[in-house]
Amino acid sequence: MKKLLPIAVSLAALTAMNVSASTLEDVQARGVLKCGVSTGLAGFAAPNDSGQWEGLDVDLCRAVAAAVLGDSEKVEYVPLTSKVRFEVLKSGEIDVLSRVTTWTFTRDASLGLNFAGVNYYDGQGFMVPAALGVTSAKGLDGASICIQTGTTTELNAAEYFKLNGMTYEPVPVETSAEGRQNYIAGRCDVYTTDASALAAQRSVFEDPTAHIVLPEIISKEPLGPVVRHGDDQWLDIVKWSHNAMLNAEELNINSKNLDERAANAKDPAAQGLLGSNEAKLGAMLGLDKQWAYNIIKQVGNYSESFERNVGKSTALKLERGLNALWTNGGIQYAPPLK
Amino acid sequence: MSGMQVQEKKTVTLGSLWRDKKSRGVIMQIIAVIGIMLFLGNIFSNTVENLDRLGVKVGFDFLTEPANYDINQTLIEYDSSDSHFRAGLVGLLNTLLVAGCGIIVATFLGFTAGVLRLSNNFVLSRLMQVYVEITRNVPVLLQILLWHGIIIHSLPVPKKAEAIMDVVFATNRGVFLPQPIPQEGFGWVWIALLIAIVFAVLFKRYANKVQEQTGKLIPAVWIGAAAVIGLPTIVFLLAGAPIEMSYPALKGFNFKGGFVIKPEFMALWFALSLYTGAFIAEIVRAGIQSVNHGQTEAAHALGIRPNFTMRLVVIPQALRVIIPPLISQYLNLTKNSSLAIAIGYMDLVATIGGISLNQTGRALERMAIVLGVYLFISLFISALMNIYNKRVALVSR
Repeated sequence: MKKLLPIAVSLAALTAMNVSASTLEDVQARGVLKCGVSTGLAGFAAPNDSGQWEGLDVDLCRAVAAAVLGDSEKVEYVPLTSKVRFEVLKSGEIDVLSRVTTWTFTRDASLGLNFAGVNYYDGQGFMVPAALGVTSAKGLDGASICIQTGTTTELNAAEYFKLNGMTYEPVPVETSAEGRQNYIAGRCDVYTTDASALAAQRSVFEDPTAHIVLPEIISKEPLGPVVRHGDDQWLDIVKWSHNAMLNAEELNINSKNLDERAANAKDPAAQGLLGSNEAKLGAMLGLDKQWAYNIIKQVGNYSESFERNVGKSTALKLERGLNALWTNGGIQYAPPLK
Repeated sequence: MSGMQVQEKKTVTLGSLWRDKKSRGVIMQIIAVIGIMLFLGNIFSNTVENLDRLGVKVGFDFLTEPANYDINQTLIEYDSSDSHFRAGLVGLLNTLLVAGCGIIVATFLGFTAGVLRLSNNFVLSRLMQVYVEITRNVPVLLQILLWHGIIIHSLPVPKKAEAIMDVVFATNRGVFLPQPIPQEGFGWVWIALLIAIVFAVLFKRYANKVQEQTGKLIPAVWIGAAAVIGLPTIVFLLAGAPIEMSYPALKGFNFKGGFVIKPEFMALWFALSLYTGAFIAEIVRAGIQSVNHGQTEAAHALGIRPNFTMRLVVIPQALRVIIPPLISQYLNLTKNSSLAIAIGYMDLVATIGGISLNQTGRALERMAIVLGVYLFISLFISALMNIYNKRVALVSR
């Protein structure tokens, strides 16, 4: 019953309390942002050696905290399993969910939640031991496959195998740690989840080179932050915290050159974003002038966050790929700051 | 009569009602009931209001939608295009399977360990004490994880599995056994079995009657057992052995054919049986010790052999003490089976309360279903065991 406890607690919260209307006021009064993250997924949300949370999803929490509270460190991280995440968000225990959550129609339309953008474009892939000699997902007929339960991953796998007339044995696992244990022990031949998470899992194996990710990507997985229905101002804040990081990259503003750019009067776009001219972008969101300045100063632009957490220099070694800016052949595209 | 009413009307005031002990009790109870109703009503209306404000619909219509996910252990036909309801049914059967198997093994283990713990053999009784104390004092979740770890790490992967007696393969993806598949004409064997069982029951009754009237002992149990085994076997051979064996064989990644016991099931089954068995052992020991030693001595004085003393004198009296707490243990085992989720055994909680929940997000409705089903199973087991308890309970003559 251990796993049911969080559900029970959030159900109790849902039944007992009336969630306040303005999340912004709540967060500012509390002085800390409560952010739901993964229970430990390298590169996206995991505590480092000194216990500090790090990752692409964590950076989004930090960006929102920087915009709202002026300090990216004022975040309380709430690690959530995939199963309890929506209930915990709905009950008001967290302010934003930033936990590799796939944006799907059903979730958006029926759960009383809103997706505030896409901070990582992903797709589901398969990882197998190189020694198995499999080079394509089409050769996986009859295999045992470790799948994290309570995710879209299960649906994609079921659909893919059915469509290709193949059979498989699903081995459901609850956490990524449990998945690793099953996979390493050989309980399953294949590990399937989002390609980025496969890279994250592989990076912590004893010998990462002994495992390969198959070329087939069988699904669209746009991952992004989620907020509750009914607070449009808060939705805008989360959405534009992410967009500010993208726009900063597009304008080539980063955590090192922003003071110089903010002071340059011939650079109205940069000055508007950084709040150093007459444009009152922050006020329109209910925030102060420095909101985006604080994000870029403390967290960095999207490129800095990407390279620091999942890019070429990290253990995950992920390419920008789809997540490159639209100007560089990717699909990360933020609406203009006008 | 009418005079009394007038008199009562005079005396009944609010103050007098309050001072009267009996009516005060009634008033307090009414207030308590109203208070609880208001509290529950408040919770309910708050929930509905909150959900409504979030734009979440409440209802059970999702049960008919396709589940879209696969399950690895299915006792009935199931496909990913079947409904959430059927997926839940598959989960429920898996829960019942592990609970049923667990109860049988735990009872057997518990009675054996409980009796042996009282044995005069020092090594045996100490061994049982060690078993009871270790398993009883470690959380069952850890035991489940431990068994699962042992099974998947110690057994070989299918490609390296070696056959036991040519047909059985123990791998970390399950134990693969040959499976007998009944062919045409096998129905006669079932009929023969039914007839044999009816015969055995009737014969035992007849034997009891003979014993009551003449004191003569007929080995009815042995004769009955011989009939139950022998008659179907003879019919089976006469019908030309209408059975075909399906043997497991390695094909690609996994074994195909035969019958498989999954490691998740084994881990859960072992852990729950051992854990609950330890509690049952203590209950059995307490039950036996509660029977006055004078009973045993009296039986011995009458010349009854130790074996019969235990079976006919001690155990029937001990059962009166054993059965009520035994019911609780059966219920505990059934409810503990919901820990299956920790190792990915697809039970009721993992299907309708787990994957389905995440696909449709209807947490309140799903939890209500799961709670309701567990409640029903528990009450059902309770009812069955209470019937048995009535039979063994002390009848005052």
